[in-house]
Amino acid sequence: MATYLEFIQQNEERDGVRFSWNVWPSSRLEATRMVVPLACLLTPLRERPDLPPVQYEPVLCSRPTCKAVLNPLCQVDYRAKLWACNFCFQRNQFPPAYAGISEVNQPAELMPQFSTIEYIVQRGPQTPLIFLYVVDTCLEEEDLQALKESLQMSLSLLPADALVGLITFGRMIQVHELSCEGISKSYVFRGTKDLTAKQIQDMLGLSRPAVPIQQGRPLQAPEQPVISSRFLQPVHKIDMNLTDLLGELQRDPWPVTQGKRPLRSTGVALSIAVGLLEGTFPNTGARIMLFTGGPPTQGPGMVVGDELKTPIRSWHDIEKDNARFMKKATKHYETLANRTATNGHCIDIYACALDQTGLLEMKCCANLTGGHMVMGDSFNTSLFKQTFQRVFNKGLNGEFRMAFGANLEVKTSRELKIAGAIGPCVSLNVKGPCVSENELGIGGTSQWKICGLDPCTTLAIYFEVVNQHNAPIPQGGRGAVQFVTQYQHSSTQKRIRVTTIARNWADAQSQLQHIEAAFDQEAAAVLMARLGVYRAESEEGPDVLRWLDRQLIRLCQKFGQYNKDDPNSFRLSESFSLYPQFMFHLRRSPFLQVFNNSPDESSYYRHHFARQDLTQSLIMIQPILYAYSFHGPPEPVLLDSSSILPDRILLMDTFFQIVIYLGETIAQWQKAGYQDMPEYENFKHLLQAPLDDAQEILQTRFPMPRYVHTEHGGSQARFLLSKVNPSQTHNNLYAWGQVSNGRATCIWEYCKMYIQIIVCIVAVLFYLIVFGLRLGAGCICPALLI
Amino acid sequence: MSQQGYVTAPPYSQSQPRMGGFSAGFGPPNSSLHYGHYGDPNSSHAAAPQPGLSKSTVPLGSSAPLGPLPPATHQVSQNNFQSGPSAAGQQPHRFQSPLPPNNTGPSYPPGSHQSQPASPNTVSTSCTTQLANQLNSMQINSYGPGAIQSSHTSGHPQQLPLTQHQMTLQPGPQIPPPANNFSGLCAQSSLPSIARQDGIPGSGLPNPNLQQLPGQTPGPGYHPQQANYGPQMAGSQLSYPGAFPGGPAQLSGPPQKKLDPDSIPSPIQVIENDKASRGGQMYATNTRGQVPPLVTTDCLIQDQGHASPRYIRCTTYCFPSSSDMAKQARIPLAAVIQPFAIVPQNETPLYVVNHGETGPIRCNRCKAYMCPFMQFIEGGRRYQCGFCNCINEVPPFFFQHLDHIGRRVDHYERPELSLGSYEYVATLDYCRNNKPPNPPAYIFMIDVSYRNINSGLVKLICDELKTLLDKLPREEQEESSAIRVGFVTYNKVLHFFNVKSNLAQPQMMVVSDVGEVFVPLLDGFLVNFQESRSVVNNLLDQIPEMFADTNESETIFAPVIQAGMEALKAAECAGKLFIFHSSLPTAEAPGKLRNRDDKKLLNTDKEKTLFQPQVNSYESLARDCVANGCCVNLFLFPNQYVDIASLGLVTMYTGGTLYKYNNFQLNSDSPQFLTDLRRDIEKKTAFDAIMRVRTSTGFRATDFFGAIYMNNTTDVEMAAVDCDKAVTVEFKHDDKLNEDSGALIQCAVLYTSVSGQRRLRIHNIGLNCSTQLADVYKTCETDALINFFAKSAFKAILSQPLKVVREILVSQTAHMLACYRKNCASPSAVSQLILPDAMKVLPVYMNCLLKSTVLTGRPEIPTDERAYHRQLVMSMGVADTQLFFYPQLLPLHNLDLKSDTVPAAVRCSEERLSEGGAFILANGLSMFLWLGVSTPPELIQGLFNVPSFAHISAEATLLPDLANPYSKKIKSIVERIQSQKPYTMKLMIVKQREQPEMLFRQFLVEDKSIHGGASYVDFLCCVHKEICQLLN
Repeated sequence: MATYLEFIQQNEERDGVRFSWNVWPSSRLEATRMVVPLACLLTPLRERPDLPPVQYEPVLCSRPTCKAVLNPLCQVDYRAKLWACNFCFQRNQFPPAYAGISEVNQPAELMPQFSTIEYIVQRGPQTPLIFLYVVDTCLEEEDLQALKESLQMSLSLLPADALVGLITFGRMIQVHELSCEGISKSYVFRGTKDLTAKQIQDMLGLSRPAVPIQQGRPLQAPEQPVISSRFLQPVHKIDMNLTDLLGELQRDPWPVTQGKRPLRSTGVALSIAVGLLEGTFPNTGARIMLFTGGPPTQGPGMVVGDELKTPIRSWHDIEKDNARFMKKATKHYETLANRTATNGHCIDIYACALDQTGLLEMKCCANLTGGHMVMGDSFNTSLFKQTFQRVFNKGLNGEFRMAFGANLEVKTSRELKIAGAIGPCVSLNVKGPCVSENELGIGGTSQWKICGLDPCTTLAIYFEVVNQHNAPIPQGGRGAVQFVTQYQHSSTQKRIRVTTIARNWADAQSQLQHIEAAFDQEAAAVLMARLGVYRAESEEGPDVLRWLDRQLIRLCQKFGQYNKDDPNSFRLSESFSLYPQFMFHLRRSPFLQVFNNSPDESSYYRHHFARQDLTQSLIMIQPILYAYSFHGPPEPVLLDSSSILPDRILLMDTFFQIVIYLGETIAQWQKAGYQDMPEYENFKHLLQAPLDDAQEILQTRFPMPRYVHTEHGGSQARFLLSKVNPSQTHNNLYAWGQVSNGRATCIWEYCKMYIQIIVCIVAVLFYLIVFGLRLGAGCICPALLI
Repeated sequence: MSQQGYVTAPPYSQSQPRMGGFSAGFGPPNSSLHYGHYGDPNSSHAAAPQPGLSKSTVPLGSSAPLGPLPPATHQVSQNNFQSGPSAAGQQPHRFQSPLPPNNTGPSYPPGSHQSQPASPNTVSTSCTTQLANQLNSMQINSYGPGAIQSSHTSGHPQQLPLTQHQMTLQPGPQIPPPANNFSGLCAQSSLPSIARQDGIPGSGLPNPNLQQLPGQTPGPGYHPQQANYGPQMAGSQLSYPGAFPGGPAQLSGPPQKKLDPDSIPSPIQVIENDKASRGGQMYATNTRGQVPPLVTTDCLIQDQGHASPRYIRCTTYCFPSSSDMAKQARIPLAAVIQPFAIVPQNETPLYVVNHGETGPIRCNRCKAYMCPFMQFIEGGRRYQCGFCNCINEVPPFFFQHLDHIGRRVDHYERPELSLGSYEYVATLDYCRNNKPPNPPAYIFMIDVSYRNINSGLVKLICDELKTLLDKLPREEQEESSAIRVGFVTYNKVLHFFNVKSNLAQPQMMVVSDVGEVFVPLLDGFLVNFQESRSVVNNLLDQIPEMFADTNESETIFAPVIQAGMEALKAAECAGKLFIFHSSLPTAEAPGKLRNRDDKKLLNTDKEKTLFQPQVNSYESLARDCVANGCCVNLFLFPNQYVDIASLGLVTMYTGGTLYKYNNFQLNSDSPQFLTDLRRDIEKKTAFDAIMRVRTSTGFRATDFFGAIYMNNTTDVEMAAVDCDKAVTVEFKHDDKLNEDSGALIQCAVLYTSVSGQRRLRIHNIGLNCSTQLADVYKTCETDALINFFAKSAFKAILSQPLKVVREILVSQTAHMLACYRKNCASPSAVSQLILPDAMKVLPVYMNCLLKSTVLTGRPEIPTDERAYHRQLVMSMGVADTQLFFYPQLLPLHNLDLKSDTVPAAVRCSEERLSEGGAFILANGLSMFLWLGVSTPPELIQGLFNVPSFAHISAEATLLPDLANPYSKKIKSIVERIQSQKPYTMKLMIVKQREQPEMLFRQFLVEDKSIHGGASYVDFLCCVHKEICQLLN
């Protein structure tokens, strides 16, 4: 099976595609019996340093309903200069430029190694990237200061010709004009009044006056940049100005009385930002970056009232239908998100507060537009600072790791249809012959818009085999799928990336073992997880879990080998062996479990789960646990409580957190200061090893994970304890005298564990009380995981 | 003029027999004046049979009894008439041609006895006739016929009659039928025939007059839109048709001709007499019902228990004791209260009484404040309220023993016991929300639309503000002003500025949501200028540049006020907005206005709508402003219709001041504007004021006029009130008044001072009561009466047609005089016009009021001008209305350069001008320097530093500063006139017989007005006729 693993890996590296099944069941009926749908994880912009883009237009199939791109799978008649589309079998003439084509002189797109190819095309004027900062000023002084510094720093990271804009908000919203000398100028809006895009543009003076009056001067085009340039200016021009402006930014001056939240008009601010870009730069790459330090408390999109005594909604409130503003707010942000998506802009949300900030309501802004969502405790943390800095990271070839306004089109050969996609995209509602009626995820279309994406952005695309059982596919027939992604590169070029893949068909009855062997359990786990999470957004938690369980049971039933009524006889082949484990951890994951998570946290976790690539997604589903000890080199160990040993250092990566846990003995040694003694240098190295590894992860991860360094018995050990499979818990530890898993533990240890738990609970209660008083919010704070 | 009350004693007895005009009695020496019964129709008819015959064919009677004069005679009298060239740049010609005397009002019913000047009369060289002719000819106010300019020049006056005759023959029939019931037209149409019949040329001037007018460019202050001087421009008419019941009791022509202008009561004489008798002396207000000196008289006033006349002036100082009497006399009982009037340096400023926590002592029942009218009884333990007679306990801390005459021992130590006016420090109970008020704020709101930028106005304002802000008003004892300032600019959107002192540069915040305007910032908008000086100066430097390339021409208005008000509200203080605005607010926003100026509405029932605001939102805005203590000062720079009736409404209700500079030109108008601005900023102002007028039993205040807002019937609310604002209060009887206790009035104003102190200002005045009408008439004050009449009429035009309002004024005048005649004067012939001494100038003033632009619905007068005047007058004090309605005309050519006195004024009549003289005319809004054609060259040299009359540039608005006695003297006179006037008068130089003279002539209020107002004499006749009718 190593071959399949290699094949899968190779395919992923080349095309950024991973299918749940790499050999496809040839009939609809069989496909449905496979339980896990035929689907793939597509990373459209997977970094390919070895893939030089070609500088011409792709050749398209001439059939209007097809328009597939010429690819290595096409049959080419070099003499007649014809090619046959492998999707619709239309025979097409090569364009004149291809006159010199021959077997030995093939264009790149016909070479098998270019199953993924990128075209640079010239379409329309190139507009620089746009970054519109939307900054909350209702922050604590030091938070604001930190945020200001981050923003000022970010100016140096932007491309010099990028346009930047600044909107600040608190009780009112200020749209800053950036080109002013001698006076800082801003347009102010009331935070309570919802404005239509037209009103906003009128008030900002963006709508051109009725020009028909001045006849005979169709000089519109040159005017446009002039008008919009007041609020969006090239960085290199207003660098100093904006730095000063940010420097002078004050906290929202309106007084906040005792027992009140500051009035924060996030809803209108966002609406103005969207309206501003909508009016000035539709369909060009732009990021609206929202920095907020608390929930919206007034106007459209408000999430909670300004009375501190009424806490922000919790899952409990939502279940009891007690969240007053949720529906309205969600609707407001949804409308905004859809508008933004239509214009091809994306919205990032950077929410840093101890309490919730309304991510639940605002999530669609980031989700539908492919923006980032970052949640932290304060802007004055390295978590935020580094994460924000990482937004402007550059890739291998020195280009920004961001792309805009992508349009992903999927074409399938006729045995397949597209059921839907799950990821940071919106449907473009393009119906076609290859669109299935059964929807999985965002369906009913063959095209999606991804307004903001980076090389990691991954979509799950679900297919449906429509070939009827009685219409067998000729031997050796292959099913093909083509992904065409048109996008705006960070260099502002328009590019088209085309990936064409093909897989063999197999008859499930006669060739089940082939299909079985070609199962990609990792991809399948992530694909199923995405479906589960997608469902969880709209369905009750238990239903989703039940559905997942049923799917797992059916899969085991189909592919497991067992003797009836003999549980011990159950065997799964190697290609399925890990799948149940993934499902187990998925059930426990914060993506499906809301207990102990605030609605905001759930939204945050789900947001990231729906866009990360396979590896990261797997980490999210089943955190990785590494053990460091003197017994051997660092090794991955089971995510199980049995892995927690006194003489081990554990490093757990849950994607959102990185926990370094010192076992009991190690911790004692460390306290005793052995690492400082020259003779115990090896201990020093042991301590250092996980730190270095953690650093490595921290360096690359976006968003920056929460870094926890703890030890046996430490309060933050809960991060680890909550994740591991509780094969040893206080429950079975409790059972006096009973020894589980063959590990002998003295009663004293149980007692200690017991005491520790008690202490922990007391600490939690204290924490709750303090927070409850301070925030007036009954939210269970993110750190509470007992 | 006899001081005993004879207004006139016509000295022309020699003419009497012939004219049959004056009866023998020129007034027996009682307190009344007898006019000769020059209105006896019979005799006049008899005296002039010939024209009478011809006249009978004239349909509507005629105001134009044309008394042709022999050329020779005419020439003699002509010198006075040549008042300037007809049009600039044209050869001067004589437009005051030998006009036939054009007598009384036009609306005599058909067939009335029109006594015509008999030819023999006019031919006679009697000086009476000539004078009468002169007098009458003045009324025509006509300029020479344009068509005949070439044919006659001043050098050939003799030709004039002939050509005029020709003229009248031809255009006569072309006169369109009367557009309204001004019968002047009819009168004109009859002119040619008369002229022909008489066979004497020189009649029918009105016609050429009409043709001339269109050629005249309107003077400054008038918009081009009035260029269509239609043929309706009747020269001779009285426009009070309703005032003339017709019938026999008219004044007839021939006797009237003999009326010497010097014989009718002269306001100048009255003023001068009062000056002579009371000027420069001390006037102590120690007696109840004492009539103070006239407003025009300078004297030292000492408060001895009643408020100084500077604060309160009453129409009469003796109220009739019963309402029946009051109804009979029809004398309005009113007081003009100017609570914050400026007192000269040499008079004591108001004392401030501070009772600490307790606050002012007030009557338990009527809440009147402790004042000299409270009577202490029971050894000083109690006091009886003079207003409601309630007996109150004296608070222990205030107790004091009484002396042998029942007066408190500390009477003279406590201002509230001995003075008519004083102030109390108010306690928290008197404050909004029981919180001590914040110091007020001034917000400057500048229209930065294209026009204002282009005209340089914005720069001018900004530059000026830099120096002006150092002069914000402050309390005497304080070093710097507590007033905070804020800045807003606007065109279609509002720009607020953050000028917090710690900012490196100002911040501008644009609010474009004008539909629901709000204040975008809290901190840094209103700042102390001293602290934020550099930022503010930086801002003021930048504003003109910032908008230098604007092309925004649309403006908003109501949201601007709203914004200012919201800002003050947010800052929890009262304050003033200074709005510099120039155009009709047409941008899409609340309070958007359209141009609704419609000349067709004039003289219809709908005319009143022109004075009402166009949209309701202004009224509610005004209400909100008043509620938040936000006063709106409006500086307007229009060059077309801007709908002042709407724009000015908030200003009016909030006690603000409206300034208007038509066709603002940076060079010529900025001194005037800047002076106004400076004065307004420096002005002592009371903020967030509420006034209450309490009276003793038997009468009460019923009506209030002024720049005020009233939510209920008693509380007069003023967002701010400054030293120039006066409130006129009308009183009505509830019951009989007691002659012993008199009528007491207490006016209390609760306000916030410039430093943010809450104070109460109390003015007390006691009036007499009498059962004798004569007492009432004796103590009347004509200036106050006119103030009252003007305000009540100007208020009435909002609800009633102009015509009705004018009729009411005329009939009221007649009633007052008739009642006097009936009840007080000694018996005399009915035909005698008898005027009470205190009211002898009432008719002339009343006539001035009647012919004020507001009350004359003429298409030539811009609607805005009328609305503007209406608004100004509504808040004027007595001195201002006096000057406004009867301008001051000072001769300059015979100055005594040695003394520093201002020359005595002369009557506002053209005949007082002379070719060889120079005059200054001022009415409080405009000032003219009129130069006769033969002004002495040394005077011209001294004033203008040019050799001759021809070299004088009429464009100048300032007299050059020259080091010669003439210049110095006249400049000092100009300064003297200007001092203490609320509005800066722009000096206009008018050369005789040049075109701007037309404008100038409107201010010669004793003459017939170009806009159709009657001459003094005509009006007198008309009133007399009314009186006669009433008496019959």
